[in-house]
Amino acid sequence: MSPRSVSGTETTGWYGHFGGSFVPETLVPALDELEQGWRAQRADSGFREELDRLGRTYAGRPTPIYLAEGLAPGRRLYLKREDLCHTGAHKINNALGQVLLARELGKRRIVAETGAGQHGVAVATVCARFGMESVVYMGAEDIRRQRRNVERMRLLGADVRPAEFGTRTLKEAISEAIRDWIANVATTHYLLGSCVGPHPYPEIVREFQAVIGLEARAQIVEEEGRAPDVVVACVGGGSNAIGLFAGFLDDPEVRLVGVEAAGAASLGEGRPGVLHGARSFVLADEEGQILETHSVSAGLDYPGVGPEHAFLRETGRVEYVRATDGEALDAFHLLAQREGILPALEPAHAVARALDLEEDLVLVGLSGRGDKDLEVVLSR
Amino acid sequence: MKRLAIYLMAGPEAPDLAAAAVAGGADLVEIGFPFSDPLADGPVIRRAVERALARGMRTRACLECLAEVRARVGDVPLVPMTYAALLEGYGYERFAADARAAGATGLIVADLPVHANPEVRRVQLVAPTTPTERIRSAGGRTDGWLYLVSVTGTTGPRQELSPQLPPLVKRARTVTDVPLFVGFGISTAEQVARTAALADGVVVGSRAIEVAERSGPEGLRRFVAELREAIDRPAVVPAG
Repeated sequence: MSPRSVSGTETTGWYGHFGGSFVPETLVPALDELEQGWRAQRADSGFREELDRLGRTYAGRPTPIYLAEGLAPGRRLYLKREDLCHTGAHKINNALGQVLLARELGKRRIVAETGAGQHGVAVATVCARFGMESVVYMGAEDIRRQRRNVERMRLLGADVRPAEFGTRTLKEAISEAIRDWIANVATTHYLLGSCVGPHPYPEIVREFQAVIGLEARAQIVEEEGRAPDVVVACVGGGSNAIGLFAGFLDDPEVRLVGVEAAGAASLGEGRPGVLHGARSFVLADEEGQILETHSVSAGLDYPGVGPEHAFLRETGRVEYVRATDGEALDAFHLLAQREGILPALEPAHAVARALDLEEDLVLVGLSGRGDKDLEVVLSR
Repeated sequence: MKRLAIYLMAGPEAPDLAAAAVAGGADLVEIGFPFSDPLADGPVIRRAVERALARGMRTRACLECLAEVRARVGDVPLVPMTYAALLEGYGYERFAADARAAGATGLIVADLPVHANPEVRRVQLVAPTTPTERIRSAGGRTDGWLYLVSVTGTTGPRQELSPQLPPLVKRARTVTDVPLFVGFGISTAEQVARTAALADGVVVGSRAIEVAERSGPEGLRRFVAELREAIDRPAVVPAG
């Protein structure tokens, strides 16, 4: 199944008044080059076939949907099992797409950020596979709480560099990756892992993740003969959610719910502002300064969100709700005990809210597996 | 005459420091309005940003600081430099208007590309990566002078003057008549002199902030005076 345009907002870089490109002039030519390369490759059937083949034979697509009868007895709650992807999360979908794009652009050095480490592992993996140099910035605080993923990245050959400024989490890792890109733009592709950042990143990442929703829609229709009543996904930057929702945005009867971490709810408690090259909802004070966030899950611990989510919030197409650290941890244990699945703490937020829903037919994005979170869970 | 611009961070010491910079021979003062996530800045300015924010230097406090600086520097051009997030929070046109009312003679926004927000008149930046046609466009839109970023990278001192600078100046001269100021990566008297031989003005930021922190207004005055002397000395180093 090829990634394809699904929401019709992909050509301008603006989602309503969200999005755009707020970057130092140094990066503008690189973003233009990326956009042209992306347009050319997206239209190229050879590129799409190669990506589909890698998805199938390397990443393990399609991932199944699984009816979680133990978790939600008497209801029809399905999990979209992105945790079964190679490297353990949906991040590999985008990493594979962008590494092919980088190869076509002639870039042999990849720079990336990571929060929980899942995107960093996916980047280190695809760079190993395609013989590219990889540099991954990670907040010093996240390096501490996601030790295992740091070791994985280093085994795969990545140069993991700590971001020691400010919050020492994902926000600083993105800033450091962008600064590296500014300094090395001629040789380097910035492999951004979420649907944030300047145009064309939100569109590129959404399109490479749309495979989740397109697969899931076909699978649930096959099983149930209809689309689900409601689709639920966790939202940090929002890449797995935008990918899953992409399959259902054109189904007006399907309710879409995004779940943010209560301590990092950009859409729930933020305001329009500019962060990392785009206008979106951000957790900021009224003068535009970015605020600190907190989440037990490093992947949701981010004060911004993709501009398309901001647009979908404003139009009302998607509802955005919150789950606390405690609720996510409870959902983690429940899924472990009732289903034998250790979820990442990020999608555990989505599972927590999905259990409250009244609807009969529910689809939840299980974006990654929880091995990386064992230390955090066991310390509680 | 070649001009010397000094960048300082907004804060309680800024009026004294700006006065010292002007006494040392600065022709223009830039005042950084700190933003929490400054993508174009290297470590020195980022640390200054963290300190300024910890001391409450939000937009209104920065505008007050600007007015205090204006009161100390006569009619020397005064240019706030910041990021789009502050203008988003405050309102683009309101920010520009209030900055002028506080004594600003221009404005620099590090992350607004050339064609963004044309209603906000500002000094445009171009970089070694900027195509020549885009430099032409920036020259046509800029407010008074064009800011040439000498390096492909963030702010902060470098060992050597960027080899990308001479070709950038050459390209800019072919498409615009506005004065060209060069900044990013220029910190020593020798680099200032060599840059001034190519361009119309030189901006020194990170090193000025380091000197101001270490040695206060008098140290800054002496440092700026050294740069001034290097600029005014007849060029001994051939251009390029």
